Amino acid sequence: MTEVSPVLRILPEVLLTLTGVLVMLLEPVIDIKASRKPLGFLAISGTLAAIAATGYQLQLPPGTAFFGSVQSDAFSAFFHFVICGIVLVTLLVSLDYFEGHTTYVGEYYALILFGAVGMMLMTSSVELLMIFISLEISSISTYILAGYRKRSATSPEASIKYFLLGSFATSFFLYGIALCFGATGSTNLFDIARGIASGASPLLLTVAFGMMLIGLGFKVSLAPFHVWTPDVYEGAPAPVVGLMSTAPKAAAFAVLLRICYGAYGTMTHLWMPLIWILAVLSMTIGNLGALTQRNVKRMLAYSSIAHAGYLLVAFTSLAALGIASAGFYTAAYAAMNVGAFAVLGYLSGFDEKRTNLIDYAGIARRHPVAAAALSVFLLSLIGIPFTAGFFGKFYVFTGALNSGNAWLAVLGLLNSGVAAFYYLRLLAQMYMLPAEPTLEPNTMRARPGFILGVAILVFAVFALGIFPNRTLSLARDAGATFTSHPNPVPQPQAEAIPQQ
Amino acid sequence: MLNATILTWLTFLPALGAVVVLLLPRRGRIPQVFTLALTLLLFIMALHLPVHFDYTQQGFQYELNVPWIASPAVHYHVGVDGLSMWLVVLVSFLAPLGVLISWRTIEDRTNEFYSLFLLQQTAMYGVFIALDLILYYAFWELSIVPLALLIGMYGRTNGRTAGIKFFLYAFISSALFLVGIIWLYSRTGTFDFVQLQPEIQRLSTGPHAAGVWLASLAFLAAFAVKAPVFPLHGWLKDGISEAPTAVAMILAGKLGLYSLLRWHISLFPVQATHVAPLMISLAVISILYGALLALVQTDLKRVAAYATLSAVGFAVLGIYAFTPASMAGGAYQILNESISGGALFMLLGILYERYGTFELAYFGGIASKMPKLAVLFVITALSLIGLPGLNNFAGEFLILSGSFQSHPALTSVATLGVIFSAAYMLRVVQSVFYGAPSSHVAAIVRDDLSWRERAALWPPIVLMICMGVASAIWLHAINLSVPAMTPMTTASHNISYATMGETR
Repeated sequence: MTEVSPVLRILPEVLLTLTGVLVMLLEPVIDIKASRKPLGFLAISGTLAAIAATGYQLQLPPGTAFFGSVQSDAFSAFFHFVICGIVLVTLLVSLDYFEGHTTYVGEYYALILFGAVGMMLMTSSVELLMIFISLEISSISTYILAGYRKRSATSPEASIKYFLLGSFATSFFLYGIALCFGATGSTNLFDIARGIASGASPLLLTVAFGMMLIGLGFKVSLAPFHVWTPDVYEGAPAPVVGLMSTAPKAAAFAVLLRICYGAYGTMTHLWMPLIWILAVLSMTIGNLGALTQRNVKRMLAYSSIAHAGYLLVAFTSLAALGIASAGFYTAAYAAMNVGAFAVLGYLSGFDEKRTNLIDYAGIARRHPVAAAALSVFLLSLIGIPFTAGFFGKFYVFTGALNSGNAWLAVLGLLNSGVAAFYYLRLLAQMYMLPAEPTLEPNTMRARPGFILGVAILVFAVFALGIFPNRTLSLARDAGATFTSHPNPVPQPQAEAIPQQ
Repeated sequence: MLNATILTWLTFLPALGAVVVLLLPRRGRIPQVFTLALTLLLFIMALHLPVHFDYTQQGFQYELNVPWIASPAVHYHVGVDGLSMWLVVLVSFLAPLGVLISWRTIEDRTNEFYSLFLLQQTAMYGVFIALDLILYYAFWELSIVPLALLIGMYGRTNGRTAGIKFFLYAFISSALFLVGIIWLYSRTGTFDFVQLQPEIQRLSTGPHAAGVWLASLAFLAAFAVKAPVFPLHGWLKDGISEAPTAVAMILAGKLGLYSLLRWHISLFPVQATHVAPLMISLAVISILYGALLALVQTDLKRVAAYATLSAVGFAVLGIYAFTPASMAGGAYQILNESISGGALFMLLGILYERYGTFELAYFGGIASKMPKLAVLFVITALSLIGLPGLNNFAGEFLILSGSFQSHPALTSVATLGVIFSAAYMLRVVQSVFYGAPSSHVAAIVRDDLSWRERAALWPPIVLMICMGVASAIWLHAINLSVPAMTPMTTASHNISYATMGETR
């Protein structure tokens, strides 16, 4: 088997980094009054190149690089696609969102790209320290992005809150790594798996797993580590919320999958109950919390907590199918949530005129197309058939039932019944009430970038809901990397992993 | 070739039309004309089904079975038997009437109205033709959305609440239904109706008997909500009284009743026999409760809503009495209820259009002002009462005579419902149309029925008579399929499956 150059294993990340650096370099050269849109287009083309590079990686045999710290395989490729897709749409949607409102538009594009580099590295890292570093790369850029509406009071508040709690949580993750190292003498996930197989201290391993779970639980806003979510989502600009409620979560879930199935693959009895509890807590707290919200962004923040809970249900199905359904759900959730926030961002504008439920009364009359798009995303979040959300839920709960967790499935689906109410309330507000005369119609015209971005997402929601085969087979390949790969087994097969 | 794809065309043309309507210009009557043309085309296409139906062959016809999703193995499997064929025709028949009757009443956001209306038609077709559980569930859930939106957006006074209520009732009950579906798949490995039948029978005796029980109850609950059956009818009163006429016509009844026959009794014969006494009791309660409440309503739309509950109760009684006659009657009554009930809602809608109210107290003596309307109303009322020679008599007679064999006592009680129905319908007829004109009616001068309204009303009136005197046309196909669903060979509770699929 031919040797694959290590750089090719991180090609998408390299491309995104180069694009980000180029954006930073060009930003001061462009006239201060000139539009920053060309930088946006540059960032978009960089993302497209990263998608192409990921497609190329999929052709390569799976394998590690850089002393076993990153691994490109079907699993990382799947999440690369998801993250790049989110970034692409976010860039399209925000091409005009910031224009004329702030002087730091160039950096915005660069930060999104650097954040994406971190998230994508997270999904391909198989070394805990590498995961930690990439987690920090992605976090730091999202901390800054959360504060991008500098003139408002809520946005910097969100940024600081996110930063303080986030760094607190990552320190938990770091402790977990240290303890894991103490127990097995390695931070490499494969070595940890071997260490567990040869009888490392279960107590240390348990505590280590718990610590890492707390760290990641914060990133994906699982209850009870969710408290920051509503405040941060409320304050951050809407397109950024669309990004940070999906992409970093996808990355953190990928890490959690690698830890659960890769490193701790033989200790399912240990993490299963923890995941179970967190799943039930997140679904219930998320949905009940959302019921009482009057602010639309806060409502969607709680809904994202609930969706993290649904996703966690997929973990319990303990088979390649579980990973596949988690992956599929991530993609489906990304499409509908980014879409919902994109439309909210458009309807409320940069100065966030419409934040409360009541402000959306009768908006379907003034913005029929935007309201229709938002309805598609909301119906998908409810889980109506022929939309992405339906199959997302379907696969997740099929996995749970297959592994005998019938109660988890019942609880989850009842929860989705409760959830229908608050999504429906927004829908009803838009369609079933007369227009609020006090609110001025949004004068912002829908720009081509926004239209294209939302059109891509609407298409994705229907494509995943009507023809899920393609994505599902990709997700299934991703899941298969854990079963066909020799990671928990002591002797690796030479064909599967080319040795460095 | 056409036989294999006709159902698919029928199902997806309205969805395509729904998109087209949204893009049509918002002036004149363009969306109405387009939707009317499309629904008429669909009706003509649907007539292909009974014309080319093989009346000697049991089982499904016009079948199409292609893989949809690789894993889990979901197929796009559609087909109709004698029962669902007529239901598909029924949906196609009611749709153009719904367009005609909404012609002038929906003046605001017309494109959206007709778009949702067409989407709802797609969902209904889908429910009746799907033979794969996931496909069926997808259409079942899809049907909730346009209906809830239509109630909410075009509701009379408090549509929003009624729409949300309808949605939540239907959606939450379907959540458990979905768990049941997935559980069945995890134990049998198939979603296909034909393959599931023997698999479930096998499971029912094994260690998973309890699970099959729970699954059957989840199915039953979802269908009973949609039908609706007492005590799950909470959405019905508001749903129907708020809904615009075209939606009220299609809201209750057929979806749930059909599903009970196809997806509860046929799939879970053992479990269905055990819950049959409960269902029959609930059906009788529905009949009497609905009829008694209809007697005391002061709002015409609510009279009709409770009359619907009562009529649905009759069909449920027939279906769960498990004699061939009663089941055929129950299936026939699904058609009758939709046609007569639909006509009643249209007539009420016309009254509302003229006088702006559904309050019984405001009406009186309309017969002298609008004799044509009065005649058609009286025929419809007589049909709903069950006058011999009209359609409901044929259905109710089959139900009552059939179920009397297996449940004489409860059937006798249910017969009271027929008497009550005469009481509330005649009360409505008497106080709306006869006597001296009320001050409200006298103050407003209105024309009698327009050509458009007559075009909408005459077809169901003609059908009421045809289906009353020539019921064999419809029962022929129904008898081919429905008695085969009977889970018992005798009226006693002797459970034997050896003769499943045979008619007595």
